[in-house]
Amino acid sequence: MALTFNPQLRSDGKLKHLLSTEGLPKHLIEGLLETADQFVSVGDREVKKVPILRGKSVFNLFFENSTRTRTTFEIAAKRLSADVINLNINASSTTKGESLLDTVDNLAAMNADMFVVRHAESGAAHLIAQHVKPGVAVINAGDGRHAHPTQGLLDMYTIRHYKTAFHNLTVAIVGDVLHSRVARSDIHALTTLGCPDVRVIGPKTLIPTEVARMGVSVFHDMARGLEGCDVVIMLRLQNERMNGALLPSAHEFFKSYGLTTEKLARAKPDAIVMHPGPMNRGVEIDSLVADGRQSVILPQVTFGIAVRMAVMATVVGA
Amino acid sequence: MNIQIQNGRLIDAAQSVDTVQSLFIADGKIAAFGVAPDNFTADRIIDATGKIVCPGLVDLSARLREPGSEHKATLESEMLAAVAGGVTSLVCPPDTDPVLDEPGLVEMLKRRADALHQARVYPLGALTVGLKGERLSEMAELTEAGCVGFFNANQPITDTNTLYRAMQYAATYGYVVWLRAEESHLANNGIAHDGEVATRLGLAGIPVSAETVMIATITTLMRDTGARVHLARLSSRLGVDLVRAAKADGLPISCDVGIHHLLLTDRDIGYFDSQYRFAPPLRNPADRDALSRGVIDGTIDAICSDHTPHDDDAKNVPFGEALPGSTGLELLLPLTLKWAAHATVPLPFALQKVSRDPARLLGVSAGSLCTGQPADICIFDPKAFWAVTSQTLRSQGKNSPYLRRELEGRVTHTLVNGKLVFQS
Repeated sequence: MALTFNPQLRSDGKLKHLLSTEGLPKHLIEGLLETADQFVSVGDREVKKVPILRGKSVFNLFFENSTRTRTTFEIAAKRLSADVINLNINASSTTKGESLLDTVDNLAAMNADMFVVRHAESGAAHLIAQHVKPGVAVINAGDGRHAHPTQGLLDMYTIRHYKTAFHNLTVAIVGDVLHSRVARSDIHALTTLGCPDVRVIGPKTLIPTEVARMGVSVFHDMARGLEGCDVVIMLRLQNERMNGALLPSAHEFFKSYGLTTEKLARAKPDAIVMHPGPMNRGVEIDSLVADGRQSVILPQVTFGIAVRMAVMATVVGA
Repeated sequence: MNIQIQNGRLIDAAQSVDTVQSLFIADGKIAAFGVAPDNFTADRIIDATGKIVCPGLVDLSARLREPGSEHKATLESEMLAAVAGGVTSLVCPPDTDPVLDEPGLVEMLKRRADALHQARVYPLGALTVGLKGERLSEMAELTEAGCVGFFNANQPITDTNTLYRAMQYAATYGYVVWLRAEESHLANNGIAHDGEVATRLGLAGIPVSAETVMIATITTLMRDTGARVHLARLSSRLGVDLVRAAKADGLPISCDVGIHHLLLTDRDIGYFDSQYRFAPPLRNPADRDALSRGVIDGTIDAICSDHTPHDDDAKNVPFGEALPGSTGLELLLPLTLKWAAHATVPLPFALQKVSRDPARLLGVSAGSLCTGQPADICIFDPKAFWAVTSQTLRSQGKNSPYLRRELEGRVTHTLVNGKLVFQS
């Protein structure tokens, strides 16, 4: 079917689920970032709680391991006073037994109000969103290579925090774009917010086919790609990709595409460096840069909680 | 029993006939058209006013799911679906469980299918034992049991030497080797056409080169072995170009396309709609249009349904875990009409691509209304709309991109061997 409707929006245009940054109208993204502004300060309070989700049950449904993302969602939900249930479901046990939708049905029967879902298959969150009954919200916490929209939004929040506006920025996304849901979510969010120059940088084996159709320019020479950049987003290189048909070695990857002080010097002097974590120091990023003055990697984590609070509050209509 | 079909528009490409006339059937065969033969008295008259009378459809790929996958479909359900779709002859691939690599299994399938007195079933034997791509099957024995060719279904033969030997062995007897044109390492467990849509949705891609590399391998081995090859389910523009060139070189090659690939593209996947997962994958609009041109210029010999019934569990999963394929026997005719309208192809030509041409390719007497031929006939109302729903589909597989959509063109009567086997 053609893309005739957007499954994450209600008929009145409000956010029903958060599945992808693709197709989110600009005003909705800006609204989420503004809402997040109000939540940043909650973390600094003595009592780090607001009652927005009091009485609501949030199920963290993780079919793929992730300590960091699950924890930040858990903190975000708890700061909104929700009841949080964490489920780590080994993907192999579901393939043998209960199907994904059966699992969801069972949990829905326990009166879940919101599912935060991570799954190894692209489109898993969409499938669940189509399946749940009205009033139950689904937040995609990462589906395959497809999307990681809260990471995309927190990256936008971070960029906006340091750079104010998007209309004059050059942003480079570096590394394993092929397998990266973060890259896809960042690209859609950046282009929607009016960023005029989004670049992806990596070896041909890690750049997906026809990626330019997403509104980015492709560079294989990192030094040229970083020229004049305001923002450098480094992507994590998964261990299993380091030696094989895609790359000969982590060492060679670092030489060509690892972010070092020298390479970063090609970007603007006030460029910020971001990374969705967890980092492979010495593979995609040098420690001097990761811990350097231009790095905003830790603030990203802090903002991540506020952004996830904003998303949760928005989908329940608070 | 003598049957007279009157007032229908008779279309038969084999005789370049397109005319409103009566068709007379006696002793299971076409007796005459236009004027009744001497001493003909109709036991039954079928009024086909406003309808089209054409040869029964010949479908080059329909999975009947027996033996082994009765939870997806049964011989009874799918044989009924066939005649409800106007299909009077069908080829079933060997990917059953157990696979059709034993003469006994083939005989049993033929016997059970024959006992239903519906469509004619032409099994393909497994090219290798268990479709494992290692040991050749007993092709001569399987042919005696009724196989019309040998196919490894969607399972790859990764060892090119095994493929070479299989083609060489089949060529010894003149058997036709059916092959999917997909190099499995390049396909690399991909799930969608490697292009813009797969990139955006984060789906692992199957590049067009998986198809072209395999066609190049196959045609090279054809020259060495002299094997006759039928390529099943082309998907790309470059693939069509290679087959066109191979035919121009005089290689004994034929090929088919699934009807969905003439109508749909990867854009239609939308938000991960698993009903649009196919093997080979739906490719981009330029590929779809090239396939269409390939059918029109004769590079592609036939259109098939690639009928693949599944239960709901096979599709109610994330796109990458969904099993490929769609139910098709009942959609082949209306979708072929839809394609003909889109591609502005004359109706007789479109019907020929699902009857006479696949019959010729199989070398069976079907696909024409010539006098003396078995009376395998499809009568359909070209203007009747019907909704594709789990209720209207006779096939046990309710999996289709066209579910809950309306299609134009509905079969009203199907005859096999002069017997009315379906009437709506």
